[in-house]
Amino acid sequence: MTDILLEVKNLKKHFVQNKGFLKGKKSVVKAVDGVDFFIYKGETLGIVGESGCGKSTTGKMIMQLLEPTEGEVFFEGANIVEMPPNDIRHLRKEFQMIFQDPYASLNPGMKVREILREPFIIHGYNKKDIDTKVTELLKVVGLNIYHADRYPHEFSGGQRQRIGIARALALNPKLIVADEPVSALDVSIQSQILNLMKDLQKSFNLTYLFIAHDLSVVEHISDRIAVMYLGNIVELADKQSLYKEPLHPYTQALLSAIPVPNPKVKKERIILKGDIPSPADPPKGCVFHTRCPLVMESCKTIKPQLKEVESNHFVACHLYNK
Amino acid sequence: MQKTKELEIMEEVLPQSYEKTVGKSPAKEFWKKFKKQKLALIAGVFIIFLIVISIIGPFIAPFDFAKADYKQTLQGPSWDHWAGTDAFGRDIFSRIIVGTKISLLVGFISVFAGAVIGTILGLISGFYGKWIDSIIMRFCDVLFAFPGILLEIGIIAILGPGLENVVVAVAIFTIPMFARIVRSNTLMLKSSLYVEATKSLGAKNFRIIWRHIFPGAISSIIVYFTMRLGTSILTAASLSFLGLGAQPPSPEWGAMLSAGRDYLGSAPHITIFPGMAIMLTVLAFNLFGDGLRDALDPKIKD
Amino acid sequence: MVSKLLEVTDLETHFISDDATVKAVDNVSFYINNAETLGIVGESGCGKSVTSLSIMRLLKNTPGKIVGGEITFLDQNLLNLSEKEMRAVRGNQIAMIFQEPMTSLNPVYKIGRQIEEGIRLHLKLDKAAAKARALEMLELVGIPRAKDILNEYPYQLSGGMRQRVMIAMAMSCVPKLLIADEPTTALDVTIQAQILDLMRDLRKNSDTSILMITHDLGVVAEMCDRVIVMYAGQIVEEASVLELFENPQHPYTKGLINSIPKLGNYTERLDSIPGNVPTPENMPTGCRFAPRCSFVMKQCLSEAPMLKGVQENHSCRCWLSEVEKND
Repeated sequence: MTDILLEVKNLKKHFVQNKGFLKGKKSVVKAVDGVDFFIYKGETLGIVGESGCGKSTTGKMIMQLLEPTEGEVFFEGANIVEMPPNDIRHLRKEFQMIFQDPYASLNPGMKVREILREPFIIHGYNKKDIDTKVTELLKVVGLNIYHADRYPHEFSGGQRQRIGIARALALNPKLIVADEPVSALDVSIQSQILNLMKDLQKSFNLTYLFIAHDLSVVEHISDRIAVMYLGNIVELADKQSLYKEPLHPYTQALLSAIPVPNPKVKKERIILKGDIPSPADPPKGCVFHTRCPLVMESCKTIKPQLKEVESNHFVACHLYNK
Repeated sequence: MQKTKELEIMEEVLPQSYEKTVGKSPAKEFWKKFKKQKLALIAGVFIIFLIVISIIGPFIAPFDFAKADYKQTLQGPSWDHWAGTDAFGRDIFSRIIVGTKISLLVGFISVFAGAVIGTILGLISGFYGKWIDSIIMRFCDVLFAFPGILLEIGIIAILGPGLENVVVAVAIFTIPMFARIVRSNTLMLKSSLYVEATKSLGAKNFRIIWRHIFPGAISSIIVYFTMRLGTSILTAASLSFLGLGAQPPSPEWGAMLSAGRDYLGSAPHITIFPGMAIMLTVLAFNLFGDGLRDALDPKIKD
Repeated sequence: MVSKLLEVTDLETHFISDDATVKAVDNVSFYINNAETLGIVGESGCGKSVTSLSIMRLLKNTPGKIVGGEITFLDQNLLNLSEKEMRAVRGNQIAMIFQEPMTSLNPVYKIGRQIEEGIRLHLKLDKAAAKARALEMLELVGIPRAKDILNEYPYQLSGGMRQRVMIAMAMSCVPKLLIADEPTTALDVTIQAQILDLMRDLRKNSDTSILMITHDLGVVAEMCDRVIVMYAGQIVEEASVLELFENPQHPYTKGLINSIPKLGNYTERLDSIPGNVPTPENMPTGCRFAPRCSFVMKQCLSEAPMLKGVQENHSCRCWLSEVEKND
């Protein structure tokens, strides 16, 4: 039996915006509106969705970089949302993050060596050991020792992302939350980083939460995939059944919308009408009903819950409510 | 894909040969850009010259700056007295040279004190936000609500005239300016991804502020520091001119201007030369500051 | 008969700074036929965008400078036109859409006014006729409530809507050539599908040629007739879209195709191209791809290969394909 490393229960993040100070009106942006999922030790869970679906916000709440409005995050059984800040600081060794933008996530004024020394200094490592550790880290992510004395701006995007990965690995974490780690990179570099992440997962027994908008990338690296739309998980399944048998109409559209790099394939495309609604004013009932090609009367009023319709295949859609 | 033998050999050579170590530090990058600003370079050289003068001034001045010579009062410029003499027959050129130190020191100390306090307030205000931010910023708004010179006259009215109190007054007036600039930098850097990354490593707030936010704000601080130096020298001179700062017979430039007031028609050189000294010094600091800004500000990077 | 609409010959665009001259576009030649969609694919810094800006002569505000070559469009060399003559070509005969539509729309003018401006300038229509034409175009690109949108400002529209407006604006003067520089890169997948669908319809219903600049091989495969692959400022391969994906010749093209994860294809590892794109100051002397190439030979390090035909309508810049031909 596999252990659960992280479990998220009814996680919500609502941002309150003031709308015109004369009117005193407030609008609530429901960035994440009640998501539940768990991650097994050693697996990769992918979260995929378009802009504004709340996937990054979910990642940041798990990382405790954003305070959830509601809900619980259990890391190895302990609810980290209620932990005192000092305990969380120490626990951060166990969960680390890889950021989307390898340009902005490294301090431009620090040399690579200083950037990589930082996690060790913060957690009070012995000064003598740090330099050996930094050298090791550089090697592990495929960089050279002579890179240590350079500044971030002297590296290409792929190399910077390697530095970001090295920093996340430094403290030997159990969980790594990767927020769009390859979407800023060129295609040929993207595959290098994906391969590196897979290799590291094996050698360090890592668990990944991999957040991305690119379904083919997520599908490549993940074991299970959660599809998010407007702050909700609409479908969650292992990647084979999600690809072969997508149940939610949104997942089906998303899969069919991806351009295939093969001019011979002419596929049936489901083209969704309209835009993604604003999360400040999400539709009532099922959040997808405004664009859904299979919309029914009940979708407009009742919000469907995420239910297991096949073994390990969860979907939130009234079509499967029997 | 198959590796050829040649590739294997090359792999050992390639990394070094194909990415030459450039090692461009931010300091080198800065110098590369600053070099191009000719006016600022000239201003910089002039500032160094002023600093040297302020140190060796008393030793190279041709006359004793305080010694009166009633036989030679109100003389125009001549070979003996390059900038003429004042109503007491003192050599104006010597007085300007000796006065350099006073103006530079007053400017530097007051701006430095204001910058240190303002920076700390700005960092705290921007980083912690909420009520502490409101308090600090309202305090700054109050200080900003006064016209600068009026505020300083007010402070001196409380503390009493004197050069030390001019320093205090100018410093207090400088605090809110630095607080605001550092605060806006802090707000920007606080939401930057690398600060978020450091936070997720488990760093304490002090470390984040000191190692990541302060260094990010330092270029704005330096630029503003230089610009403020010019203004503060001018303000200090104005206060002395009004009789609130340096008292005669001090060779402070503003006090010299004040002393020459009565002879504006008959002996204008008494005011012209100290006036020129003030103008050139302030101009040099402003040009130097402009050059620094162009070289340091990431927004105008090419 | 198929005729060439645009022919670019030996284009050289350099970026000149104090320290160095960067050959952003180095000896690039290609053509576009009437009613054809040509794709230029490549990674950041390969010179694909600079090529399109060179055609439009929009390098004025950059350190870039066209130092050589010819751009023949409808039998005239665009490089010999005066700025005034060029303005009559831009937007009228050659239109362009960009990656980020927000930056190419003026935020303080209403959508209607911005579309009408080009129409009145180039088609010499009066105000009412221009407005009718703008409305017609907005409806053509599938904008709902087109009449209301005419009176709205760019910020009131979503990214996908803005890109539709840009396309409406670009197509309003019935250009002979539409240059689309990463038109869907900033958009979400489901919106991208809408826009690509729209562009396919436009292509079907008009004889506008499209120059599609993208890094996404999926977009290329779906949209283009012919493809040019660029690497470090040079064309490394040129072929029809079927030929390119079926029978890629250049190791870089092969690497690109193999390095993208494909849906429903559960490989453990992706093929990848090692190393990074060379920076201008580290440009290799021989073949520019040599340091990253798995098939590198001694010759590649010292001598730069030329772009040569390997088959009819298929050319490649690689010593390997020449070796094979000689065998």
